[in-house]
Amino acid sequence: MSHDTLLVFEVTILVLAIFLGFEVISKVPTLLHTPLMSGTNAIHGIVVAGAMIVLASGHKGPFIWVLGFLAVVLGAANVVGGFVVTDRMLEMFKKREPPQRDEK
Amino acid sequence: MSSNTANVLYLIPIVTFILALRFLSNPAHARRGNQIGAAGMLVAIVVTWIRAGGGSWWALVIAMLIGGGLGAVGARKVRMTAMPQMVALFNGVGGGAAALIALAELHRFLPPPGRPHYDTLVAIAFSGLIGAVSFAGSMIAFAKLQELIGGRPITYPGQNVGNVVLLVVLVVLAALLSAGVQDQWLLWLVVGGGALFGVLFVLPIGGADMPVVISLLNAFTGLAVAIGGFELQNNVLIVAGMLVGASGTLLTLLMGKAMNRSIGNLLFGAFGKITPEAAAAVASSDGGTVRSASAEDVAVMLAYAHKVVFVPGYGLAVAQAQHDVRQLADLLEDKGVEVSYAIHPVAGRMPGHMNVLLAEANVPYPQLKEMDDANPEFSRTDVAVVVGANDVVNPDARSNQGSPIYGMPILNVDDAQTVVVLKRSMNPGFAGIENPLFYNPKTVMLFGDAKDSINKLVADVKNL
Repeated sequence: MSHDTLLVFEVTILVLAIFLGFEVISKVPTLLHTPLMSGTNAIHGIVVAGAMIVLASGHKGPFIWVLGFLAVVLGAANVVGGFVVTDRMLEMFKKREPPQRDEK
Repeated sequence: MSSNTANVLYLIPIVTFILALRFLSNPAHARRGNQIGAAGMLVAIVVTWIRAGGGSWWALVIAMLIGGGLGAVGARKVRMTAMPQMVALFNGVGGGAAALIALAELHRFLPPPGRPHYDTLVAIAFSGLIGAVSFAGSMIAFAKLQELIGGRPITYPGQNVGNVVLLVVLVVLAALLSAGVQDQWLLWLVVGGGALFGVLFVLPIGGADMPVVISLLNAFTGLAVAIGGFELQNNVLIVAGMLVGASGTLLTLLMGKAMNRSIGNLLFGAFGKITPEAAAAVASSDGGTVRSASAEDVAVMLAYAHKVVFVPGYGLAVAQAQHDVRQLADLLEDKGVEVSYAIHPVAGRMPGHMNVLLAEANVPYPQLKEMDDANPEFSRTDVAVVVGANDVVNPDARSNQGSPIYGMPILNVDDAQTVVVLKRSMNPGFAGIENPLFYNPKTVMLFGDAKDSINKLVADVKNL
């Protein structure tokens, strides 16, 4: 596949992801906005995957290696911290009396 | 592993991230959604690991352990009240990682003839810029919320003009870089300038508006990560980053709407400056009298009410009184009083922050009423108990055009038969705005630390 064809595909999925992002979030109640912010925060921790690719190409020079190493440290903190904080918040949302109807 | 195999496997994390966001729309399975997302993240990391090959694997392990360890310890130790600054911090490091990746990627192509495609250069320039803004901005937001620096807006003349000029210069530099002026120092300039912009951009914003800023910076980091996906031609970065970019933007707009302020006003208005008209209104309210009551009086009022609504604010969180409030609510319920909680969308330091704090105290979430459901109920309410909230119950938002919060939707506690306000003293709240509710004849004040006052109420209700 030529570089341009690949680029067109990538832009296509980018645009679809924009609409998908709007769509999934518009259904979240205010009650859960803080966990939501924290949950999306954890998801952009996927940056760690990019950082890993950079570090793995670190044999191309010490500068790249150092940047990659730092990026993996930051990315890993983002992923682990994000998911753990979100889990701690959501763990606390409990119902006491069972059958009440769920919020929308 | 071929890149096709990797891209097929990357569909797993992509689908789990979408499900995670989807499941967050209902508290009953929000937690499972988050766990599914975490599992998907693990798949993404393993696939990337295998694909990247064995180069520097020990360095990868060490870096992951350091970063993951710091993240886990920070996330475990943080108290629920300090959650907003923790989110800001984790957001910032993600942005920082995106900026570092951009720097490393450009370096990989240098020196010529390693000329990359123009779109790769665009991606490097802009993910570096946005990542740096997000990193520095989040750190300032963290410092403000952690009270390392003052929460009040910091302003100076020509601030907005200066910021706009800086931003234009940065975009021009980024454009030069994209057009093929490939010098490492140029990207350093863009990244460094982006960090400076992040600092200058967040400094003038008051602590009360910080959640909106964090949400916006969250969207920025998502965007930087998505653009980073173009540098590395990595689908999962593009999709996951953009999902966050889009949802963060929408969340920012929703929060602005809850405060009835445009995003432009939030970001550039240096909230908290009091207009002359509001100052005049404050002066006129000095004539009113404030009624204060003892804990015993309030306890009697509560115990013989049919319906009591608690209106919690950040003061409740600061005093760590959420458990005591729940204890009081349980006692009242045992006496046959109908109890609920009215939660303003921006109560606390983040939208939904108050829900988290009350959930921590085991308050069942069906009792938590959002503003639109709570407001019609106040006219049937005997006693509204305001605990550490101020601006979100300020009637000036409805009637005083000079007030900085004019137009913000509020909880109409003054529709209730009686309003009890628990407050440390008559000092104005976080935003520094006077509140005529306190001078309303329906209102009685119970002065003192929120936790002590609630505990006294618990004891007195028990003795009745």
